Amino acid sequence: MCLGIPGRILEIGDGEGVARAGRVDFGGIVKEASLAFVPDAGVGDYVVVHVGFAIARLDEAEAARVFDYLRQMDELGELGDERG
Amino acid sequence: MRFIEEYRDQETAQALGRAIRGITTRGWTLMEVCGGQTHAIVRFGVDQLLPEAVTLVHGPGCPVCVTPIELIDAAVEIAAREDVVFCSFGDMLRVPGSTTDLLAVKARGGDVRIVYSPLDALKIAKTEPAKQVVFFAVGFETTAPANAMAVYRARREGIANFSVLVAHVLVPPAMEAILSSRDNRVQGFLAAGHVCAVMGYTEYEPLASRYRVPIVVTGFEPVDILHGVYLCIKQLEEGRAEVENQYVRAVRREGNASAQEMVREVFRVDRRMWRGIGEIPRSGLALRDEYAAFDALRRFDVGEAVTVEASECISGLVLRGVRKPNECPAFGGRCTPERPLGAPMVSSEGACAAYYRYRTHAAVSRA
Ligand code: SF4
Repeated sequence: MCLGIPGRILEIGDGEGVARAGRVDFGGIVKEASLAFVPDAGVGDYVVVHVGFAIARLDEAEAARVFDYLRQMDELGELGDERG
Repeated sequence: MRFIEEYRDQETAQALGRAIRGITTRGWTLMEVCGGQTHAIVRFGVDQLLPEAVTLVHGPGCPVCVTPIELIDAAVEIAAREDVVFCSFGDMLRVPGSTTDLLAVKARGGDVRIVYSPLDALKIAKTEPAKQVVFFAVGFETTAPANAMAVYRARREGIANFSVLVAHVLVPPAMEAILSSRDNRVQGFLAAGHVCAVMGYTEYEPLASRYRVPIVVTGFEPVDILHGVYLCIKQLEEGRAEVENQYVRAVRREGNASAQEMVREVFRVDRRMWRGIGEIPRSGLALRDEYAAFDALRRFDVGEAVTVEASECISGLVLRGVRKPNECPAFGGRCTPERPLGAPMVSSEGACAAYYRYRTHAAVSRA
């Protein structure tokens, strides 16, 4: 039950506050989810949904930064170092 | 799918495995706290990319596994009543209580329904006002905001035939219980990313410095886990013990303020029994007095029952990372997902079930 799944917000309904909800696309499967806990997430944003509630908005810039960092490590020879 | 595929990329995973081998000079034991991570590690063979010197042990982060047997017995008793619709996440149905489980209650005609979200249970309460609708509120900090919301809305909307059987647990006190136990062998933690998405990670900072243990907030995909292991080993090799965040795309230091607010509105911190582990102070959530009317234990006045655990099950040792599932004498023989002796064999987040599903035929572990 603890699995949170990333999905993309397709549509946000009229509900506000605790009733804020919308439709979220999980790779083709679309489900209704509460958006009450992600007040700053909009249509097109990715959120982590857990038991029907979005609990975090995924930050694309931060995600890209991690991959840049991994790539940089690789170029500096930190990845691929076969000492071990 | 975005945010999944790139984190399962073989080449990135293997490069991280090499990077970990490159910085590891001696033996280290790390614990991944969350059962979802355990599942991913076993499923994708993440541990097989690690050097021999690095051992991953599996933690207590399986709510299904640690829900105390008293509450399973209470759930069974309440669910068997005539006027009750008992709603639960699916994985709770096969958890063995002292004599039986919820699935057996359902088979005997009890109205036990699997729901995906606590709001589904609330909806049932609205549409079936003549029934008592009870929701089994289990889970860690990740599930708490959702369950709190259901209770909050029930009170606000005056849905009097709704109640919750609360079995909420909190992660940091369990980590502290592991660190302070005498047989602890955990030297670094991969903290559960989604718990931190809700709660942030300031609570871990005193733990890291008091016990001199690195704690890396980590996501759930293979690349996340390997990256978390890398950061953790790097700290250990450099003699640092800090809280670090690998899962930056989802977790901010202060967590999710509106989710925390909802949890605080409905719940207060309380002591809690952990199945297989025992009582841990301030490690659970209970309903606040203003919401006590929604407490199923009060509403149904469940008697004090004598609980009986399967004597062979060593789930406590498994949940504290002292033993691996395949070291249990009952594993795969007398205990299987079809006939589980203990809760960790039930849920997909349980370590025993993950080993059974992905490892029964392979050579299991180097640990
Ligand atoms: S294999 Fe079964 S009996 Fe052994 S610890 Fe796991 S759940 Fe308990």
